[in-house]
Amino acid sequence: MKLQRLKKIFFSTLYLSAFTFGGGYVIVTLMKKKFVDDYGWIDEKEMLDLVAIAQSSPGAIAVNGAIVVGYKLAGFWGVVVSIIATILPPFVIISVISYFYVAFQSNIFVKLMLEGMQAGVGAVIASVVYDMARGIIKEKNKISLFIMGLAFIATYCFSINVMYVVISCALFGTAQALYQRKRGIL
Amino acid sequence: MILFQLFISFLKIGLFSFGGGYAALPLIQEQIVSFHQWLSLGEFTDLITISQMTPGPIAINSATFVGLKVAGFGGAIVATIGCILPSCIIVSALAYIYLKYRKMSLLQGILGSLRPAVVAMIATAGVAILNTAFFNNTATLHLDMVFLFVVAVGLLQYKKWNPIAVMVMCGVAKVVFYMIGV
Repeated sequence: MKLQRLKKIFFSTLYLSAFTFGGGYVIVTLMKKKFVDDYGWIDEKEMLDLVAIAQSSPGAIAVNGAIVVGYKLAGFWGVVVSIIATILPPFVIISVISYFYVAFQSNIFVKLMLEGMQAGVGAVIASVVYDMARGIIKEKNKISLFIMGLAFIATYCFSINVMYVVISCALFGTAQALYQRKRGIL
Repeated sequence: MILFQLFISFLKIGLFSFGGGYAALPLIQEQIVSFHQWLSLGEFTDLITISQMTPGPIAINSATFVGLKVAGFGGAIVATIGCILPSCIIVSALAYIYLKYRKMSLLQGILGSLRPAVVAMIATAGVAILNTAFFNNTATLHLDMVFLFVVAVGLLQYKKWNPIAVMVMCGVAKVVFYMIGV
C-alpha cells in the first residue's frame, strides 16, 4: 500500500519535473492538477498552504514544492522519493546537453517547439489561477480579495520579491488573528 | 578539496536564494564566476540559455553543469546535494510544523492571508510567461501564439486535457505553423 503510493509519487513527480519549462510556478500548478484534481490526495486550500511554504523557504520552488508535497503524502520517504524524482530529469538532461550544446542551441525546430510550448505553459497557469481565484472569490471575504489584488500589483507592477510579500502577509495575518482573539471572536 | 568547495558553494546558493527562479542568478554568478572562476561570463550566459530551454530549476541546472565541468560526475552529484540540502531541512521542518499545528487559530490567521497572495503570485508568473510568449521581446503581438493560448485554455477547461499533452501540442503546432508558412 505504502510502497504503491511511493511509486505513484515517484512517477508523477518524475513526469512533471521532466516537463516543467518556465520556472517553479509551473511545476507547482502541475502538481496541483495531479495531486488535488486527479488523485484527490490533497485538498485545494491545503495545497495553497503547501505552496506558501515552498515559496517562503530558500531554494528552488520546484524542489521545495516536491519536498513539501512528498512530506505531506508519505513523510520522510515521501521527501526522499520526490526529491530524487525532481532532480533526476534536469540532471540527466543537462549532462547530455553540455556535450551537444552548440547543435542543440542552433536547431530551429528545437527553438520553435520551445517557443510554442510557452503558450501552453501560460494556458496551464491561467487555468489553475482561474480555479483558485474563483475559490477565493466565492468566500466573499473583502480582506482576501484586497490581499489578492495588492499582492498581484506588488509582484507584477513593482517586481517586489515574493519573499517580502509572503512575510508581509504572514505579519498581517498574525496581527489580524491576535486582534480577533482579543475581541473574543475566535 | 575541489569537491568540498563545490559542496560549500552550492550549499550557500541553496541556503540564500529566496524567491525562486531568477532571484538566485546574482548569487550563482557571484559564487561560480567571480569567486571561484569555475565558469567564464560567456559560459555562464550559455548556462542561463540552456536553463531557459530545458526543464528544471536554474540552481540545480548550474550545480550539474558546473560540477560536471570542474570535477566530473562526482562533482555534479556533490554540487547538487549541496544545493538541495538546505531546502530539505527547512521545508521538511516547516511542513512538520504546519501539519501539526494548522488547527491553531493563529496559524489559521496567517494562512488565511497567505492564500490569496499565493494565487496572485502564481498569476504574476503566468502573465510574465504570456508576455514573452505573445511578444517574444518585440513590439508586435504574435497572433499565432495568442491563437495557441486560446485553444490550449479551451482544451484544459472544457475538454479536461492533460496539461502536459496541451503543452506538447502547442510546441508541435508552432513547428507545423512554421513549415506551412503561417
